This record gives sequence, C-alpha cells and structure tokens, in this order.
Amino acid sequence: MAPALVWLTALMVVPCALVLALAFFRRGIYGGIEYTFTLENFGLVFDPLYAGIFLKSARIAGTATLIAVVIGYAAAYAISAAPCRLQPVLLFFAVLPFWSNYLIRTYAWIVLLNREGLITQLLRWFGYTGEPPSMLYTEGAVIAGLVYNYLPFVILACYAPLSRLNPELAEASRDLGASAITTFRRVILPLTVPGIAAGAVFVFVLSIGNFVTPALLGGGRFQMIGNLVYDQFLTANDWPFGAALAMMLIAIMLLVLMAQALAADRASGRAIEASGGADG
Amino acid sequence: MAERSPATRRTLWLVLSLVFAFLYIPIAVLVALSFNEGGLPTAWSGFSLKWYVSLAGNSAILSAALNTLIVALVSTAIATLLGTLLAIGVEMRRHHGKGLEALIFAPMIIPDIVLAIALLSFFSMLNLTMGLHTIILAHVVFNLAFVCSVVRARLKSFDWSIVEASTDLGASAVTTFRRVTLPVILPAVIAGALLAFTLSVDEFIIAFFTAGAGRASTTLPMQIYAMIRFGITPEINALATIVMAVSITALTLSQQLNRGMTGQ
Repeated sequence: MAPALVWLTALMVVPCALVLALAFFRRGIYGGIEYTFTLENFGLVFDPLYAGIFLKSARIAGTATLIAVVIGYAAAYAISAAPCRLQPVLLFFAVLPFWSNYLIRTYAWIVLLNREGLITQLLRWFGYTGEPPSMLYTEGAVIAGLVYNYLPFVILACYAPLSRLNPELAEASRDLGASAITTFRRVILPLTVPGIAAGAVFVFVLSIGNFVTPALLGGGRFQMIGNLVYDQFLTANDWPFGAALAMMLIAIMLLVLMAQALAADRASGRAIEASGGADG
Repeated sequence: MAERSPATRRTLWLVLSLVFAFLYIPIAVLVALSFNEGGLPTAWSGFSLKWYVSLAGNSAILSAALNTLIVALVSTAIATLLGTLLAIGVEMRRHHGKGLEALIFAPMIIPDIVLAIALLSFFSMLNLTMGLHTIILAHVVFNLAFVCSVVRARLKSFDWSIVEASTDLGASAVTTFRRVTLPVILPAVIAGALLAFTLSVDEFIIAFFTAGAGRASTTLPMQIYAMIRFGITPEINALATIVMAVSITALTLSQQLNRGMTGQ
C-alpha cells in the first residue's frame, strides 16, 4: 500500500498544501508570485464583487440541489414502489446517463435550448411565430444542466434507504389512523433522510465548484466560483487570489460534509426510535 | 406495498415516465441528429452516416482520441495495481486511523477544479514540462482511489483465514496472493479497472490544466470542449454518440462483473 500512499501524498496532499500556501502570498506586478506573507487574497474574497459571485454560486447550486432532490426522491420512491423484479432494471436505466461523458450531456442541452434548437422547433410546430425565446445562456439553463447531470446520483442515493424501508412501518402508521401524508412526513421521510442528505451534498458540492456547466450553458460572461478560479489561473494570472478562492471552495465543501454527518447522525437516532416504536 | 390504489399507481408510473423522458430525450436527440443527413435540428433530411465518415477523416479528433487512449490505458494500469494493493493493505489491518480513510476518500470528492489548479501550480513550480505524462500522473490520483474503493467493497466479505492457511501450508506471500487472494478479488479488480478507464476517458478539467501548452497533448474531452465552445457542428453529434456508446459499454460491463460477484 505504500506506493499508493506516496502517490497520493506527492500528487494530491503536497499540491493542495502548495495551493494553501500560495493563497497567503502576493501577486507580483508582472503576474508572478511575490513571496511576502499577506491576507489580502482572503480579504479580496469578501469584496462585494467576488462575494456576490460566491452568493450567486451558492444560490444556483442550492436551487439545483433542491430541484434534483425533489425530482430524484419522487423517482426513487416510484422505483421502490414498482414490482420487485422491475426495480433493478429501472434503477439501472435511471443511472445509465450518468455514465456518459459530462461534456456531452451538457452539450445536449445546448442542442435543446439554443435559438434554433429543438424547443424552438416544437414551439413553431405548435404554431408559435414570434421571436425564438432566449433560453440558452441564462441562469435557468445552468440550473437545468446541473440538475440533469446529477439527477441519477440523487435517485441512486434516495433509492437505497427507500428500498430497505420496512413496509410494516407504514402499514402500522396507517392502521393507527395516520393519513397517507402524515405517514409519509412522520415515518417514511425521516427514515430516508440519510439518502436525501447524501444526494443533496453530492449535487451541492459538485454544483458550487462547477466550471463546465456555467461556461457552456451560461455563456462567456457567466461566472460561478469555478470559472473565477479558472480565470485567475489561466487568464488573469493572479495565482495567489485563485488559490484563496479554491481554498474557500474547499472550506465550503467541508462545512457541507460536516452538516451531512450531523444530519445522518440525528436521522439514525430517530430511525432507532422509530423501529423501536414499531416493535413495541 | 402491494395495496396501493390504482390512482396512486398511475401517478407513480407517470412520475417515472416523466423522469425517464427528462433523462433520455436530450441524449436521444443527439444520437438521432448524428444520423441526420442535414446535421441540423431544424429538419430531418434523411438517414446518413456521413458525419461518422467525416469524423474518420478529422485528424485533430483522431490524434486526440489516440492521446486519450494512451492516458486512459497507462493511468488505468498504474491505478489498478496501486489501488488494489492499497485496498488489500487497508483491509488486512482492521484498525487504521481516520486520516488514512480521509486520504483515500479525498480524491473522490475534492472538486476537480481545485485538484487541477493544485497540480498545475505543483508541476510549474517543479519546472516540469507538461504533457501526456503529467495528465497520466494526475489521473492516477483519482483512479487509484476509485479502484481501491471497488476492491475494498469486495474484500469486506473476504475470509482472511484462508490467507493464513495458505501461508501456514508454506506458500510464499506472492504465491498466496496469486493463487488465493487474486482469484477471489479479480472480478472487482477488473470492474475497478473498467471504472478507472471510463473516468479517465471522460475526464476534462484536470487534463485541461495539466496538459501544458500546445496541441500535441490535447485529449478527446479537451477537443470536444473546444468544438462545443465553437458552436454546434454535426460532427460533434457523431463523436458524442461514439463516446457515449464506449463509456456506457465499459461501465455496463463493470457493473455486470460486480453484480455477478455479489450474486455468488
């Protein structure tokens, strides 16, 4: 196992530590790096311009997460309610698109949404004669792309606890007089929180640091944190600031993961309560 | 859960149909367009393979495909070896720190863009000339983590006493590995390798940052990205269809191997 650990240390830990260190240096006048300690880069992150991009990224990632979780949970629920022998097949086909190239899945949305794309064609076919609607290069297009790309994972994550759910729990709840909605809200939903949390964290973390989707579906000027980091390294040539942005991204990711661990802990506590209640 | 009302059941099937339509229509449109004579989404002008033919004559795409194949094969080979050994090492000693777990888990969750800029900074600080070799170095990082996790899943149910029995009976460590451990984990190793191969073939951002200047080390995803940014060309539809077919085949194979294994 030693060679693998050396590899991970040399090509992940050390480079990441380097980026962390880089974040505390100053940008040279001609774009290089000046080795004097400074906190300026982190200060700049909170500059209204850049803080705004962080908030916008969080908003977009949050919206995409919410939509993906609602659709993904509904799909997972429907799969878990299907006849047993169909379930693996349905699940397989729900996850299959996830295994195709990310760029290509995103490109498919350019084909759908561009001004002469399929949606415009459909509208025309239904008798629409006005200007083609501008759907591509909007925030909505970015959100649609993110939801589309990560939905299969949410379905997978939500299906796991739903399929393990003991049907007797729901029956007991109904027998004791709870309505279908109450049963769902008080019995099924709490028991499946770990799946929801895992799916949500996945979508949020991958969305907030996303670079490809905003670049392709949001258009040239559309910026999320990922694009900002990209610019600092490849066009603006301000590596220390880019490094500080990347570290903020990691910090956000760690916070989200901690929140997930907390939610999972709580949910497992509640699950024990719930199953204990059903036994008694 | 059989006693759902017909209305509920209809609603659930409706939900499923809508979700599957959402997942598959964009891909289906792309595949259909790749066979469209005119190549444009505006009108269907007849079935044709001409975009596939023109793809075969596009030297930029062919050389990018070759680069991708080299990167994917080499990084998969290294990652499969290292990842398998890592999995065995970790699973053999039951007690290990959280730090080790985090180190193995990190490559799978760290945002691509962060690892990409970290490696770019690292390589340029070392004054390393970047090219296919640096992409390979980078791809092994996440590939070995994925191979390791697939093999570890298999080892969870592995009976270590048969390894002890083998050594007790006088087999060397290498013989034990070759004759006892490997046959048991082989399906998982192959599944992990196929997963790694697909991930490497599809990976864009890290390759983009570690490929260095110049077109010589452009990989297929980098080429696709450049083409997409330029606009919609019918050739991409054909290319996309082929790439999708390849990765879906590799992963279906990988999953079948994993399933066949757990079924035993």
